[in-house]
Amino acid sequence: MDIQAWTFLIVGLSFALYIGIAIRSRAGSTHEFYVAGGGVSPLANGMATAADWMSAASFISMAGLISFMGRDGAVYLMGWTGGYVLLALLLAPYLRKFGKFTVPAFVGDRYYSHTARMVAVVCALFISFIYVAGQMRGVGIVFSRFLNVDIEIGVVIGMVIVFLYAVMGGMKGITYTQVAQYCVLIFAYMVPAIFISIMLTDNPVPQIGFGSPGLIDKLDGLSVELGFAAYTSGQRHWLDVFAITAALMLGTAGLPHVIVRFFTVPKVRDARISAGYALLFIAVLYTTAPAVAVFARTNLIETVSGMRYDQAPAWFTNWEKTRLIQFTDKDDDGIVRYTADPATNELQIDRDIMVLANPEIAALPAWVIGLVAAGGLAAALSTAAGLLLVISTSVSHDLIKGTIRPGISEKAELRWARVAAGGAVILAGYFGVNPPGFVAQTVAFAFGLAAASFFPAILLGIFSKRMNAEGAISGMIAGLLFTAGYIIWFTYADPTSNNPEGWWFGISPEGIGFVGMLVNMAVAFAISAKTPPPEPHIQEMVERIRVPR
Amino acid sequence: MSHPTDNARAYWRRNLTYLAILLSIWFIASFGAGILFVDWLDQFRIGGFKLGFWFAQQGSILTFVVLIFVYVRLMNKLDRRFDVHED
Repeated sequence: MDIQAWTFLIVGLSFALYIGIAIRSRAGSTHEFYVAGGGVSPLANGMATAADWMSAASFISMAGLISFMGRDGAVYLMGWTGGYVLLALLLAPYLRKFGKFTVPAFVGDRYYSHTARMVAVVCALFISFIYVAGQMRGVGIVFSRFLNVDIEIGVVIGMVIVFLYAVMGGMKGITYTQVAQYCVLIFAYMVPAIFISIMLTDNPVPQIGFGSPGLIDKLDGLSVELGFAAYTSGQRHWLDVFAITAALMLGTAGLPHVIVRFFTVPKVRDARISAGYALLFIAVLYTTAPAVAVFARTNLIETVSGMRYDQAPAWFTNWEKTRLIQFTDKDDDGIVRYTADPATNELQIDRDIMVLANPEIAALPAWVIGLVAAGGLAAALSTAAGLLLVISTSVSHDLIKGTIRPGISEKAELRWARVAAGGAVILAGYFGVNPPGFVAQTVAFAFGLAAASFFPAILLGIFSKRMNAEGAISGMIAGLLFTAGYIIWFTYADPTSNNPEGWWFGISPEGIGFVGMLVNMAVAFAISAKTPPPEPHIQEMVERIRVPR
Repeated sequence: MSHPTDNARAYWRRNLTYLAILLSIWFIASFGAGILFVDWLDQFRIGGFKLGFWFAQQGSILTFVVLIFVYVRLMNKLDRRFDVHED
């Protein structure tokens, strides 16, 4: 069987599995649709959270990104894992005790304010839409690269699959498909990583293999030889690294599609432990990615730098066809020159190649390539589904039930939830086919806004009994305006000064959410000190959510 | 009643102590070892890794995982000691 046939077979089997699960877990009530009936086991929730969290970007792009950033790649490694400590210790158990379906519901109740709830709904919708458009695009790209179908058709196939299990099963359907998707994606990531680790270091554990004596030093040496900075040296200013890492961590802890997962477990203690399982499952991939980055980069430089073009290995010419590798023989000597100097460099390498080409570089059998395709799709679909659910819940529960028609029946609300999920799938698909130009920069946007709005509002709602509606709302608005303003300024208004010299204190737009969080807190405390404390029954509510029983 | 019981207050104080200790370790392992002191730590080695680089790309993540499981253990014990456990 050839690569194409294997890929169709494995991707087809994985899709059949997801649909089978969806049919078995239909949601019959809003409680099931929003939070899977609150009966998910902590282990299953941990896996579902991990799949929800790890997107197409984590699976396909992250290792490549790190391999070009060297040590600075740690901003993503730490930034996208450290937030789980904050979630587990500061938010998840208390939100579980509070026991509502959505983040805006918590914000609205805790700050006894309709305005607060509406600000939260708008943030949740905006953040989720930004994010989901990128995921649908990711589905299309995987389809087009591995199965040679058009990106548009790939997006539509992805939409149909997500539609089936998100609209029928709600959170219940999503949760159990995500468990399956985690298994598919982690297996698909680890198999090539383990084989490459054995090939290069004789050690089957990539995390240990890439620390085998001399490997990283060799990469440092090769990089310097070609004119790049040493792999283990930092290029960005420490303050910027600090701010980006913090913004990503705080954003993680404030993202609604992550928080809502902790409403699906039965008890407070389950919420705590399932955050632990989630991070453990995420860490498997996140500690492997930097190893893959080192293996792939070393292997790439050693193979192609100074190689005669007519003796290039098969994978090199294969991936040239997809234009992920491009070679222009500037000096016409038939030798591939790879250097840091753009004037003499003859090789353009797309960062995604580092994961996508791994199976071929390690000369693994054809079915492994099919597996990597299925893994990339699992990562993109699981994240998209989680986000779509947040969108549908925000619309049906916070907007329709909470504001426009509070009197509607449970059945009508469930119908609205399905309609909203269906509408969101179609809209997301549209953005997947016609990606708005801003999508690339906007992941930073999503994290920055979550860090500057939700995280402080929820944190203060739990840890400060004195925090009142006036403080929290002005804090959220100040944090949002500051963060959005800074990002929009450097992206649209004055892109020429979007560089370390132009930024305030050398903090890039990616890291500004951290400052936005500080602005939020400062404003919140200042305003609440000048306005009356919340009513006694609100303070009692805070006391209640602080203890498990 | 509008005032928490002494028991609940003592439980919350102990919880805050745990949080302060665990989050300090969280900060030191990531922002400290992985960012602020990374160059200084690079003079030491762990296997083939420079120590600062290892913390930035491996050690911090492993520390995060351990921290959550330690927290879960501590809190489960604390819940029982203050008789606020759920089962």
